[in-house]
Amino acid sequence: MKYLFTLIIAILGGFLARLYMLRRDYRQYPSYPQGWAIHLFLGFIGGSIGAIIVPALLEGEYSAVSFLLLAASQFREVRNVERQTLSAMESTEMVKRGTAYIEGIARVFEARNYLAIWVALSVAVTSELLVGLGWWRTAVCGVVGVLLTVVLVRLMQGDKISDIATVELTDFRFEGALVVVGETVMMNVGLPDARKVYEERGLAAIIRPNGPNAKATLANLGQMQAIAHDVSSMIGVYMDVGEQEFIPMVRRNPSVGSLHVLMVASEKDEVAFLEAIRRVPVLEGAIRKPLTSAAGKLVD
Amino acid sequence: MDKQILAVCAMDKTKVGGGAPIFYAADQDELSEIAMMISRVFGAAVHDLHNGVLIIVKH
Repeated sequence: MKYLFTLIIAILGGFLARLYMLRRDYRQYPSYPQGWAIHLFLGFIGGSIGAIIVPALLEGEYSAVSFLLLAASQFREVRNVERQTLSAMESTEMVKRGTAYIEGIARVFEARNYLAIWVALSVAVTSELLVGLGWWRTAVCGVVGVLLTVVLVRLMQGDKISDIATVELTDFRFEGALVVVGETVMMNVGLPDARKVYEERGLAAIIRPNGPNAKATLANLGQMQAIAHDVSSMIGVYMDVGEQEFIPMVRRNPSVGSLHVLMVASEKDEVAFLEAIRRVPVLEGAIRKPLTSAAGKLVD
Repeated sequence: MDKQILAVCAMDKTKVGGGAPIFYAADQDELSEIAMMISRVFGAAVHDLHNGVLIIVKH
């Protein structure tokens, strides 16, 4: 077993990289502990694939390498499973995630397994290059694994709303039954009692895009739904099942491209409300860059 | 069709008609009350047409 050291350290590298990429934040997704068990095991499989490729290549076992690459393609299934799980749970959410957000999450989970494979592969290559170095080999492999993991995670991190727009608190008013923010009609609240709740506890914010690219990104319906969902899950929403008049609203002002958010939070905390909006991730599938096109530049 | 009018609540009989169930109220308070009752049964939203008519819409 002359490759035993390489295999163990590379598999460990891939596994630990996947562990580092699992976050326990407000979303609680993947859920703990079952969801974690699933993803850690997939990380172990990914690490094994990345680790075994190097000895297989060195031994000239090209058919083994082909099979390993074939196995790596199975990680596509991760995306399908995540999508199905999240879609199945969508009916239990008070405020829906929306299909765009679900797609984004599913894509991230697939990609993280590939990152685990990359880390394991790099550690295995390093280990084989430094065969004669004794204990230094372990240290250098560790450094390479940690560096690559940190760099890859940093590169994969997307923007937040605060990176593409400014978020400010704003006022709303009732014109008859219509709730109006600025000049945008948010919704029609027919019941006087519900209007009273809005007047007492309602919060409104305006999201002003930083440029034409941000404006096009914020215009995405999936992004708007993601803002409503994430803000509700961070600061809580004041509603019961079936109380549709208290569903958080995100509407767009077509003349300037800004978004207006109106909600009744479980606690009326303006600072927390603004912070929650700023921390909503920009969905990868929502990003548009009209400024990279000739026509887009002309419009600007 | 993802949106549907489930019921119409009105005070003035000349303002309403058609296929959806119609509930008449004597005054503004009763109008709001029956609209709230029906909307809670269906988990639907109440919208005001600003002419004394409330509609209950399933979104």
